[in-house]
Amino acid sequence: MSKLTPEQILAELQPIFREVLEDPKLVVDMHSNASTTPNWDSLAHIDLIEMIEQQFKVKFALGELQDLKNVGDLVTLLAQKSQ
Amino acid sequence: MVEHMDERGTGESASPVVIEQMVNEQTLAGLSLSELLMRRRGLRRQLAAKAGLHPVRIAVMSSSTPGELIHLLELWLLASGFAPTFYTPEFGRYYVDSVHDTQALVEFKPDIVYVHTSVLDVQGRVPMQATEEQFAALVKSEVARFEEIWQSVAEKLGCIILQNNFELPPVAMLGNLDGTLPGGRTRLAMELNREFAAASAKNPKLLLIDICSISARVGLDRWFDPRRWYSYKILTTAEANRALAMALHATIRAVYGKTRKVLVLDMDNTLWGGVIGDDGVDRIQIGNETPMAEAYTAFQQYCLGLRERGILLAVCSKNNEEIALQGLEHPESVLKREHFASFQANWDPKHENIARIARELNLGADSFVFVDDNPAERAIVAAQVNGIAVPEVGSDVTQYARIIEEGRYFEAISFSAEDLGRSALYAENSQRDAFEAKFADYGEYLDSLEMVAEIAPFKPVYLERIAQLTNKTNQFNLTTRRYTLAEMEQRANDPDCIALYGKLKDRFGDYGLISVVLGHRTGDALEIDLWLMSCRVLKRGMEAAMLDTLVEAAESRGITELRGTYLPTAKNAMVAEFYPSLGFQQEAKPSAELPEGATRWSLDLRRYSKQNQHIQRMEFSHV
Repeated sequence: MSKLTPEQILAELQPIFREVLEDPKLVVDMHSNASTTPNWDSLAHIDLIEMIEQQFKVKFALGELQDLKNVGDLVTLLAQKSQ
Repeated sequence: MVEHMDERGTGESASPVVIEQMVNEQTLAGLSLSELLMRRRGLRRQLAAKAGLHPVRIAVMSSSTPGELIHLLELWLLASGFAPTFYTPEFGRYYVDSVHDTQALVEFKPDIVYVHTSVLDVQGRVPMQATEEQFAALVKSEVARFEEIWQSVAEKLGCIILQNNFELPPVAMLGNLDGTLPGGRTRLAMELNREFAAASAKNPKLLLIDICSISARVGLDRWFDPRRWYSYKILTTAEANRALAMALHATIRAVYGKTRKVLVLDMDNTLWGGVIGDDGVDRIQIGNETPMAEAYTAFQQYCLGLRERGILLAVCSKNNEEIALQGLEHPESVLKREHFASFQANWDPKHENIARIARELNLGADSFVFVDDNPAERAIVAAQVNGIAVPEVGSDVTQYARIIEEGRYFEAISFSAEDLGRSALYAENSQRDAFEAKFADYGEYLDSLEMVAEIAPFKPVYLERIAQLTNKTNQFNLTTRRYTLAEMEQRANDPDCIALYGKLKDRFGDYGLISVVLGHRTGDALEIDLWLMSCRVLKRGMEAAMLDTLVEAAESRGITELRGTYLPTAKNAMVAEFYPSLGFQQEAKPSAELPEGATRWSLDLRRYSKQNQHIQRMEFSHV
């Protein structure tokens, strides 16, 4: 994968969040997390991770999954992995 | 048949047909895993909006988090016309909530209880140095735990139970010994699977979901995902859950009598290679003579196997009926006309023919599976015929059976004796018994092979193979003379020539056309110009059977002597002693024009007695 900027990654994540959280108008930002975003429960989280892995063709390590606190962490991690 | 549709003026283009399609099983099967996950919610909404769905209540008693599995299963069930409602207790409570705290389960009133467990749930630990006694005790206690579940569900609910067996463990610490030693987890899984199979065989309401083979098809390394287990208590990958959901869906369809019953087959490039109307029956690819022909033969055998287990076969082909029938009359065609419950070969659109088949068989087309190598035909049929399954089989015959299997269209929950074609099964068993016996000598071994040969004058349908075999056989070849197809044809039609081919098959398979003998008359003698055989059938006694037939043919023409020549080459030393081994006498004075090392042989037919002892002779097409 060619190198993506954090903004590009965030833009690619938007449709996944909208689909999984079933909100076509949703816009997440770097600070969004499960407690501030409607419908982001544990089941949705599993779907999000699976779809992001499929879409970006990456696999998150166990430790990486554990350390994710918000969308910004996710973007940073994807930026690292896509280098 | 892809190639010639347009020329035949059927008015359909071979390019993919774009037709507004309902979301159905087909749609789901066509999606990649990531597309499926991405579109799941939208698809679910579309499917759930359909009218007339059949409600079904399913309790999933799981040792792990079943959410993803249930979402996928829900999609497939919706596509099949079910409206499922699920009940899932807290993960890991599958035993307690099925046996002791059963109130919630009972109140849910399930139609089906699925006990979803994994090899990693087996509770007892066998030490690696376990004895056979410890192993047996563990198996017993594990089976007893599950029997409690089955019994409790039977008593309190009386509903259908789906119980999966066990995958092989993700790690096998004892390596190859893991399956053999009493301390091996692999052996434990295999033994439990045997016990579960036995329990299921005795209990018509306990249906086994064969996770052991489902996981093997996906691959164990792609089945388990420890990251998901530690993160969310899901044991398996999304890919694994999709495979399991599809298997559960197929069994649930079967529970409700929605198993598919008919396999509708195209002919050209589906049942044989080539287009019979253009290429002619002699040139279609079927039989054992080319790799392609072998692959089509294998697919025909697969179809015949489905028929033997009770699936009806039907033909739906764009062909003249008369020409299409010639394909089934081809001597190598495994499938014959009598195997087909309905036969539609004409130039009408395929969906119209499928409607005819449905009327003729008095079955709904929603119990049909349609197989055609042509994507345009598949698209039209899928769009025009409600409920029909049209697997994307592609155009590679080696993949057809696998892709059909993947769809699990013919999943059944039991087989009646009629389904199984009992007589065929018995015949097979008795053959196997015979083979286990020991042999006193080589002749007895040959007899046990149950060889059958077809030895006959050249037929047009085989001339190409005869020329091919003649021009590539170097070892078992007395004269190594080469002939073109035209020369072979000319000899086949010459009344002064005897031209025989031999085909052989035995209990292990069909070797195809493997021997050629060619001779011409000179006075009262037959001069053998060519005698060759494929080394695949060496030491089978095929030479003796060929000689017997050659002698019969010669005698019927009043010939009293056979004469043959051995012409040595760098490769055919193995047949230097061939003629004497059959009783030929060496001619004292070889003629001067023979090359160095060549020998001349003759056989007096007035004192000939039959030599073949181990091969039964008959015409294959009538077998």
